[in-house]
Amino acid sequence: MISKNDVRYIAALARMHLEDKDLNRLTTNLEDILHYIDQLEKLDVSDIEPTSHVLSLQNVFRKDETRPSLSQDKSLSISISQEKGSFKVPQIIE
Amino acid sequence: MILNELTAHELIDLLRKKEISSKEIYPSALNQINKTNQQVNAFVRIHNSRQEASGLEDGKFPIPIAVKDNMCIDGVETTCCSKILKGFKPPYNATVIEKIQSAGIPIIGQANMDEFAFGSSTETSAFGPTHNPWNLDCVPGGSSGGSTASVAANQAIWALGSDTGGSIRQPASFCGVVGLKPTYGRVSRYGLIAFASSLDQIGPITKDVTDAAILLGIISGYDPKDSTCVDTPVPDYTKALSQDIKGLKIGIPKEYFVEGMQEEVKEAIFEAINVMKKKGAIFKEISLPHTQYCVATYYIIATAEASSNLARYDGVQYGLRKQPSKARKNALIDMYEETRYQGFGDEAKRRIMLGTYALSSGYYDAYYLRGQKVRTLIKSDFDKAFKELDAVITPTSPTTAFKIGEKVDDPLSMYLSDICTISANLSGIPGISIPCGFSQEGLPIGLQILTKAFDEEMMLRIAYTYEQSTEWHKRKVKL
Amino acid sequence: MKHKQDNPFETVIGLEVHLQFDTKTKIFCSCPNKFGEAPNTCTCPVCLGLPGTLPVLNETVLDYAIKAGLALNCQISPSIKFDRKNYYYPDLPKGYQISQFDHPIAKNGFIAIPSEKGEKKVRIHRAHMEEDAGKLIHETKTKSSLVDYNRTGTPLLEIVTEPDIHSPQEAYDYLNILKLTLQYLNISDCDMEKGSLRCDANISLRKKGETKLGTKTELKNLNSFKAVKAGLEFEEQRQAKILSAGKPIVQETRLWDETRAATFSMRSKEEAHDYRYFPEPDLVPFTIDQKKIDEIKSSLPELPEAKRTRFLKDYGLSDYDAQILIQDKNLADFFEECVKLLPQPKKICNWINGALLKELNEKKADIKDIALRPKIFVDIIQKVDEGKVSNLVGKDILGMVIHAGKTPDHLIAEKGLAQVSDDHALEKIIDEVLSANQNVVNQIKEGKESALGFLIGQTMRQSKGKANPKKVGELIKRRLLS
Repeated sequence: MISKNDVRYIAALARMHLEDKDLNRLTTNLEDILHYIDQLEKLDVSDIEPTSHVLSLQNVFRKDETRPSLSQDKSLSISISQEKGSFKVPQIIE
Repeated sequence: MILNELTAHELIDLLRKKEISSKEIYPSALNQINKTNQQVNAFVRIHNSRQEASGLEDGKFPIPIAVKDNMCIDGVETTCCSKILKGFKPPYNATVIEKIQSAGIPIIGQANMDEFAFGSSTETSAFGPTHNPWNLDCVPGGSSGGSTASVAANQAIWALGSDTGGSIRQPASFCGVVGLKPTYGRVSRYGLIAFASSLDQIGPITKDVTDAAILLGIISGYDPKDSTCVDTPVPDYTKALSQDIKGLKIGIPKEYFVEGMQEEVKEAIFEAINVMKKKGAIFKEISLPHTQYCVATYYIIATAEASSNLARYDGVQYGLRKQPSKARKNALIDMYEETRYQGFGDEAKRRIMLGTYALSSGYYDAYYLRGQKVRTLIKSDFDKAFKELDAVITPTSPTTAFKIGEKVDDPLSMYLSDICTISANLSGIPGISIPCGFSQEGLPIGLQILTKAFDEEMMLRIAYTYEQSTEWHKRKVKL
Repeated sequence: MKHKQDNPFETVIGLEVHLQFDTKTKIFCSCPNKFGEAPNTCTCPVCLGLPGTLPVLNETVLDYAIKAGLALNCQISPSIKFDRKNYYYPDLPKGYQISQFDHPIAKNGFIAIPSEKGEKKVRIHRAHMEEDAGKLIHETKTKSSLVDYNRTGTPLLEIVTEPDIHSPQEAYDYLNILKLTLQYLNISDCDMEKGSLRCDANISLRKKGETKLGTKTELKNLNSFKAVKAGLEFEEQRQAKILSAGKPIVQETRLWDETRAATFSMRSKEEAHDYRYFPEPDLVPFTIDQKKIDEIKSSLPELPEAKRTRFLKDYGLSDYDAQILIQDKNLADFFEECVKLLPQPKKICNWINGALLKELNEKKADIKDIALRPKIFVDIIQKVDEGKVSNLVGKDILGMVIHAGKTPDHLIAEKGLAQVSDDHALEKIIDEVLSANQNVVNQIKEGKESALGFLIGQTMRQSKGKANPKKVGELIKRRLLS
């Protein structure tokens, strides 16, 4: 019930390239897993609230007070490619 | 005595009595690592330069620790054992790293793990599998397999792991060590490279329950940098280490004794229950009726959150960046797609795809939303149980350690090995795995104790009592 | 554009405004919230989206959002959460934006704008909090793009209207009133040039009388309110042409090109985004109790429309004058402070809308930028009223006070600006003027009284504006006409 086209579409959505061999294997894997997951349909959850957070914690804030930022050098220390104090990527065509 | 074979609390005792100096401990552990890491492959990065020999003054613990490769260490390559983070050196420390450094605990190395914590066997690491010290042909469990193997092999004295669906407890049971997943929100997640944000917790992996209590106390506590970390006081967990479990009511959920479960595991668990019964605990068979839906629910929620958490690995800022040899779409999209294609392993790709699907338009209600609702049902099973019970006991895993390569091509079968541990993450409750026996083949068996949220003291009390009534924790592996 | 009665189409416009709050720190981390700094100098692991980092909400952002929602007549949600909006772009370091999907902070508000029938309400569908993305600079020479993450994590409020706007002019009015209202709250400087206020527009046409909405296009790159109006006007015409020819409108995003004064379709393939919204697990839910809402409501300043109405009533000002005063809350406050000291509202209003605004415009400043106390301003006005200095000199003194920060008395003494009303002194100057302008004197003597003005003017000039013009006029008349 998940087709190869679906898998291609999801891969594009997830920004992952796939070769044909991956496509076949992934489609089979996902089919199996989704089939297993489908057992959840047996349950009647119409009156159940979803759990987004297991804690009953609410209203966690931070005061509007500045803390020192990283220096430009430290920020860029992780970069793959940099120029003029900025992170550099291949040109984006808009 | 061989120092690296001792527990942290034994070493502290010797230090206190000045029978050893702290300078002796680190080299002892390092020596063992150098001797045995080839066989075990527990470490991906050994930090043999960090020999801070602090003394015992002011709550310092100069006891070397292994840290799973998913906790950020300032200026040190941290990769989640993934190619896509190769070369990434975080410019900051995780909160738990700050805490252990403040406690004078030197990091002896970064432990191997399943890539991005996706796995139950530590076979998906970019650095090759870790081997179970009890049987090198077997997996150590996962995803914190490097952490548990290093402790079991007497390399690091203790270790930190992370647990999203059982990733501390299951490998602890496979490796015959103690593994504790705290209540969600007990330990800060700031600096833990996220897998599933609503499920992840960092926890101690140790040789015995006493060490777990000590380490838990060090890493727990409020962190203003983590909105999901609670601001409740951290008790002295070592005070919970009494041997009094008289009158405690403990539930045995029948759904955790699954069909196809290894017979020896079942026997070991029931033998353990007998030991505790002799100590006065009262056992009761209970039902946690939504148990069968745990794995399915987990694999929707965890992969959905993971697919979003892993979107940032894109070759833009840090880590790996690749371009295809032939242009496909445009330079930017090609970079994203090729980087993620080459950078992620198969299991990571699988989970990202599954998670993306579960959140995608048209499927959100059927998968993600439904999964969250079933999560409510799973949690309420425990809420009901803990109204009357002090704890719930289960096997940690339905089997002992399987062979390396055995389940790698069968993802679903791999997922099902988490069947006993996943419910605690979905419900947010704490869980501990302690050794309770060995199989005929000499592989460790683990017992899991679950208690209600923020009741780690109860969990430690029961675990300690059982442990001290047996000798399992004293058995040492011979490499 | 066709004459209105001939136009078969009705224009339907919806506006989406992004407002940057000027809190001290960003929305989810403690980096300074500053504009114009060197690239990547206001970043930290959190706003860089580094692995392992987590967001924590700035409490002031929530307060500002509630403030804005109340000022826009919205219902404030008693419980809210944040959600992840997932998409890939280099200026979005986490690969998702923390935003609000189905539980926005504010809903169902409105803004009143002028319309043909007097006034109409533009309904506000919702307003929600979210984080801003970074800045991209495209370097065509090196075929690369540069990313500056200073702006990631800047707190934003996205304000979305219902499609209640029916002309580009209404859109323009809505934006001006929205900006003025928000400026009164001191939560943002609402400056499109600095990017603290951004606007995208959706426009569609439909046959008059039709209730179904037509296909809309989204307009981006509108960098000023004028651009919004011009862009919508262009789009209106473009769509009308297409529809009149019986062809369908393509649903797409179009960019406004200021230089070419036209909209152009975005070149990149516009795939429908699947943002895969889900609740943000790293942020807990928030409840807002009525007490907090009431507290913030009572702290709201009097809003522009209410102030304008009150100025008409309390001070008898004209519509025009009141409208000018309320354009800047600080100016309106200044006005009222002055009236307290000198209860002549119309006179004070004239001085403000005339002399003071002239000075401010020349300096390209706002009243908050200059150190002018109401007491000093009123002092100048009084001195002119009492004849101590001439009107002209009074205006000069105002300029000098603003520039030099000295008191009027000081300046008058220092520069000898006192109005000359002494007959003797004036006569001397008049002597000079009359002898230099014999032919005009003769004209006057022959009956051309209107030329008196010229002589008065010359006298004023000669006296460097210090002469009392009324006195001068009297003296000259006496000399020449008696």
